[in-house]
Amino acid sequence: MDFLGAFPQMGRTDLRDLKKGIDEAFRHFSRTHGQAIEDFFHPLLKFLVWFEKLLLATPWPLMIAIIAALVWLGSRSIKMTIGSILTFLLIGYLGMWKDTMSTLALISVATFLCILIGIPLGILMARSDRIQAVITPILDIMQTIPSFVYLIPVLMLLGIGKVPGLIAVCVYAIPPVVRLTNLGIRLVDRDVLEAADAFGASPRQKLVSVQLPLALPNIFAGINQTIMMALGMVVIASMIGVPGLGVPVLKAVNNQYLALGMMNGLAIVAIAILFDRVSQKFGKRLQKHSETIHG
Amino acid sequence: MADNNGIELRGLFKIFGPHGEKYMQAVRDGMTKDELNAKHGHVLGLKDINISIPASKIQVIMGLSGSGKSTLIRHINRLIEPTAGEVIFQGQDICKMNKADLLRFRRHKTAMVFQKFALLPHRTVLGNALYGVELQGMSRKECEERARRWLARVGLDGFEDHYPNQLSGGMQQRVGLARALTNNADILLMDEAFSALDPLIRMDMQKILLDLQEELHKTIVFITHDLDEALRLGDRIAILRDGEVIQQGTGQDIVLHPADDYIADFVKDVNRARVIKVGTIMSPVSGPANGFPTLDAQASLEQAARLLSSRGKDRAIVLGDNGAAEGQITLRRVIDAMVTPVASEKEISRPET
Repeated sequence: MDFLGAFPQMGRTDLRDLKKGIDEAFRHFSRTHGQAIEDFFHPLLKFLVWFEKLLLATPWPLMIAIIAALVWLGSRSIKMTIGSILTFLLIGYLGMWKDTMSTLALISVATFLCILIGIPLGILMARSDRIQAVITPILDIMQTIPSFVYLIPVLMLLGIGKVPGLIAVCVYAIPPVVRLTNLGIRLVDRDVLEAADAFGASPRQKLVSVQLPLALPNIFAGINQTIMMALGMVVIASMIGVPGLGVPVLKAVNNQYLALGMMNGLAIVAIAILFDRVSQKFGKRLQKHSETIHG
Repeated sequence: MADNNGIELRGLFKIFGPHGEKYMQAVRDGMTKDELNAKHGHVLGLKDINISIPASKIQVIMGLSGSGKSTLIRHINRLIEPTAGEVIFQGQDICKMNKADLLRFRRHKTAMVFQKFALLPHRTVLGNALYGVELQGMSRKECEERARRWLARVGLDGFEDHYPNQLSGGMQQRVGLARALTNNADILLMDEAFSALDPLIRMDMQKILLDLQEELHKTIVFITHDLDEALRLGDRIAILRDGEVIQQGTGQDIVLHPADDYIADFVKDVNRARVIKVGTIMSPVSGPANGFPTLDAQASLEQAARLLSSRGKDRAIVLGDNGAAEGQITLRRVIDAMVTPVASEKEISRPET
C-alpha cells in the first residue's frame, strides 16, 4: 500500500546532487564563456545605448513632430496623427517623457531584432517540413515558459543590465513573427506558385516575386503581435535593470503607489494602441490590390 | 517559324506515389490502374503515352476529369516528373535536363496559360503581363514595351494599371494569354485555359486564339474536356481516358471513325455539318462539270449545304488545292454524311402507306 500512497520519487540526495550538478556545470560554463558571450553582445548594447541617447537628446518638439510624421506615413489618418501628438504631450506633461523614450528605444530595437531574425527563420521553416518540425516546439517553449525561468540562465551569463533585458524581450516576442511568416508563405496560392514555376522562376525569384508579397499580410500581423508582446515585457525587463516605463510600475507595486502605477501603466497602453493601429493600417494599405473584388 | 518545334512524347509513364519506379515493370507487364491502386496504393496517372505534337499547329488533348490530361501537359515543361519516358523538343530530352537548363527552357521556350488564371494578385495587369520576360532578365523598359503591345493585341489597352481582382474572368484570362504571348516562346501550353469562362466569352477567346495562331504559328498544346472546343481549335486531337491515349487524329477522323463505343458516345451529339469537310466524302466526277457551283475541298458540309440550297442545285464540283476539279458532291450525300450513323435516336419514320 505504501507504494501507491507515496510517489516512488528519486532519492533526496540524488535529486539534490543532480540539481547541484546542473547548476555547477552551468556556472562553470558561464565563468569560462561568459566574457566571450558578453563581447558577442557588446555591439548590440552599444547600439541600444546609442539609440536611447539619441531619442533622449532629441528636443521634445522635434521628437513629437517625427512621431507624428511616422504615424501619418503609416496610417494616412489625420485623427490618428492628432491622437498621437496629444498622447505624447500628455505623457510629457505628466513627467514620463524620459521613461517613455527609454521604453520606445528598447521596443524599437527589440522589434528590429525580432524581424531581422524572425523573418528569415520563418522562410526557412516554410521551405522545409523538417525544419518546421524542429522549430515549432522551440517556439512553443519560448511562448509558454514563464519569463522568470529563462531569465535565470540569462542573468547568470550576462548579469543585470540592458542586454539581458533585451534578450528576454526578444525571446518572448519573436515567436509570432516567425510563425506567421511561415504560415503566410505556406498559405500562398499553389496555382500562382505553379505559374511562377512554369515561367521559369528560380526558388529565389519565387520567394521575392510571389511568396513574400503574398505572405505580407500575415507577416505584418506577426510583426504587430511581436510589438505588442514586446510591450508586454516592459515591466518584467525592468526587474533586471532595463530603464523605462516598467521601472516606476515596479516601484509602485512594491510601495502600493496607485497613481504612479496607473499613469505609467496607461502610458504603456497608449503606446501599444498607437503602434497597433498604425501598423495595422499600414498593413491594410499594402493590400491595395485586394480592395475591389470583382463579382 | 521553324519546323523543328514539334514535341515528341515517347513512352511516357507516370505513377503517383512514393515508390513509383518500383511498379514500372508490373505496369509495363499489364497491371491495370485499379490493381495498382488496390495492391500497392499507387495511382497510375499516365500509361505509355506516345504523341507526336506537330510543329506550329494546335494539338488538343481531350479527356474527362481524371483522365490525366492536366498531368500530361505538365510533363512538357516538367512541372511533373515522369516515372519513365521521354519528352523530346529540338533534339533534347526535357526529362534529362539539369536544373539550370530546365529553367532556361521554361523561360525561353515555353509559356503557359492556366484554368484558374493564376495571375499575381499583387501586381497590376502590366506587371503580370511582363512577368515572364522579367524572369528572362530583359530590361524593364523593353519588358513594358512588349507587354503593352500584347495587352493591346488581346484587347486590354487602358487596363494596364488595374489589378487582376478588378477584372472579370474573361479579362483576367486575357491577361493570362498576354503574359504567355509576351514571352514569345515557341511552345504555348494551355491547360483548360477557357474552361472557367462562360460560353459566349469562351467562344470569343477561341476566336482570339485562332486569329493569333494564324500569324504566330506556335506549337500549341491545348487541354480541354469540351469536344466542341477540341474540334474548333484542334488541328490534331488526342483523346485520353484513364491515363491512356485511346484515339488520335484530326477532328474529322475522330467524328467519322470513332475508335470505340466510348468515343462514339462522345461524338454523337457533335454538329457533324461543321466538322466534316466535303473533300472527305466526295465521289469522282460523273457527268458535266459546267454550270454547277464549285467548292473548296476544305469547305464544311454546312457550307456545301448552304451553297447548294441557295443556288437551287443538287450537285457541286469539289476543287483541289490547284483549282482543278477533284470530285463532286450531291445534296443527298451531304445529308447522309450529316446524319449520325449510330441509331441513337428513337425511330421516327412511319411505315409507308
